[in-house]
Amino acid sequence: MALSIEDIKKVAHLARLEISDADASATLAKLSGILGLIEQMQAVDTTGIVPMSHSQDLSQRLRDDIVTKTNQREVFQKNAPVLGNGSAELAVAEGLYLVPKVIE
Amino acid sequence: MLQTKKISSVELTQTFLSRIAQHNPNINAYIALDEAKSLAQAKAADALIAAGKAEPLTGIPIAQKDIFCAEGWPTTCGSKMLANFVAPYDAHVITQFDAVGAVNLGKTNMDEFAMGSSNETSYFGGVKNPWDAERVPGGSSGGSAAAVAARLCAAATGTDTGGSIRQPASLCGFTGLKPTYGVVSRYGMIAFASSLDQAGPMAKSAEDCALMMNVMAGFDERDSTSLNRDKEDYTRDLAKPLQGLRVGLPKEFFAEGLDAGVGKVIDEAIAAYKKLGAEIVEISLPNTGLSIPVYYVLAPAEASSNLSRYDGVRYGHRTAEYTDLLDMYCKSRAEGFGAEVKRRILIGTYVLSAGYYDAYYLKAQQIRRLIAQDFVEAFKQCDVIMGPAAPSTAFKAGEKVDDPVAMYLQDIYTISTNLAGLPGMSVPAGFSNGLPVGLQIIGNYFDEARMLNVAHQYQQVTDWHLQMPQGIE
Repeated sequence: MALSIEDIKKVAHLARLEISDADASATLAKLSGILGLIEQMQAVDTTGIVPMSHSQDLSQRLRDDIVTKTNQREVFQKNAPVLGNGSAELAVAEGLYLVPKVIE
Repeated sequence: MLQTKKISSVELTQTFLSRIAQHNPNINAYIALDEAKSLAQAKAADALIAAGKAEPLTGIPIAQKDIFCAEGWPTTCGSKMLANFVAPYDAHVITQFDAVGAVNLGKTNMDEFAMGSSNETSYFGGVKNPWDAERVPGGSSGGSAAAVAARLCAAATGTDTGGSIRQPASLCGFTGLKPTYGVVSRYGMIAFASSLDQAGPMAKSAEDCALMMNVMAGFDERDSTSLNRDKEDYTRDLAKPLQGLRVGLPKEFFAEGLDAGVGKVIDEAIAAYKKLGAEIVEISLPNTGLSIPVYYVLAPAEASSNLSRYDGVRYGHRTAEYTDLLDMYCKSRAEGFGAEVKRRILIGTYVLSAGYYDAYYLKAQQIRRLIAQDFVEAFKQCDVIMGPAAPSTAFKAGEKVDDPVAMYLQDIYTISTNLAGLPGMSVPAGFSNGLPVGLQIIGNYFDEARMLNVAHQYQQVTDWHLQMPQGIE
């Protein structure tokens, strides 16, 4: 199955990766090679085989519903990115993270 | 690696730090060093030793792959995305080493987000193979590999999602072990493909790896896939003779694609095992060839999900100029990730996208079971499986960097054990054209102690693991 430039752009958008036209065509060639490799799977008859998502057949553990972690907001906010758009400050204010306005 | 009082941990740490200062500008194995922190740990270790509270790794300088969060240390995963990230907490593996008084010698270079087989995808530049500076050390744990090979640490940690401990161990000539999935906690280890990622030791000898495993392995409730098993002593079986050991040789590991020089070294290693009393059994792992296609569906799918957390909001790279939130996400991610990481995110997003899930993801999970069943059948006939760890010796930098499919084939012999969740190791077995070759030993689930025994007995009658590259004296 052949990929098109449009497919690459659509997938890049879904993955939230900006991609230029030049990068999209270079990516198309490489991804087509990789998908060609992956296509080998289609020759295998897998009728009735239970998919394996994990090597150990385990169920999730449950734990008591108690507090195990304390708030470390100040420590974590030291790793905030620089705000950008002309500001060299960290993208935090009053304990919150700053992003462009999303609600009008 | 046992701590005698002939040398203090501070002296040992200083020795390694000065070796690093001398050789690292050339090799580029370490991407973060903190002399004050390392020496403070060494000093504390000396106090423990003086108080008679030493354990085998107390005071031993260990290099940590930069995929493990270590509080107060830069933790970048080899990516521009995390170039300014300072870990606010310790990974379980780091906590375990701290608890026995080991010294964190520094953070080692790696392929970006552990995606690569040559260390060439690192934002911080490639790593040179100490055996030949024109060649790659393998990947993704390339910095740890070069550090062990060039004696820039006593031992190192690595992680292995598709071969990232064993392939560099083979290319750099030392002993590396990927444990059974779930044996070492992934807490604080930056996620690539969560159903495959597993941390393990990289060291000179099997005995050193066993001592490392005693520290690294164990239940941790903070990792939902950590297995709640009794603590093991991985050194317990080292001295056992190998008489009667059944060694399975999968014919698929010796077929087309294996370099002849590598094949010869592996044949000689098998002959040495016969002398040690092993019986050779021909086995088949018929679905080996499918492991790469399956892996390149499952690992990118899991990666595309895991790496969606890097959005430039709370940590990591944020683009300098943006209009709205979507623009900020798309630009930050496009700038923060390198080409190979983006490729894998795109593949993963594609195979998981509407209409393709059954044809790719589900199909890959079904074949994953077939691959795992091959091993179940094989282990009815043998105790361990042996073969090459990598299809060739170290290749030249730049040789495969533009051909992802050729690069992916580096992991043809290692990926199937990750898919099955089995333990695997690479043990130095000789040289081809002056470059190291690793023998792979694959064990059944939780059979690490036996594998270490099998490797250790070989290392009692060979000295390949003691060979050192020239120019690093």
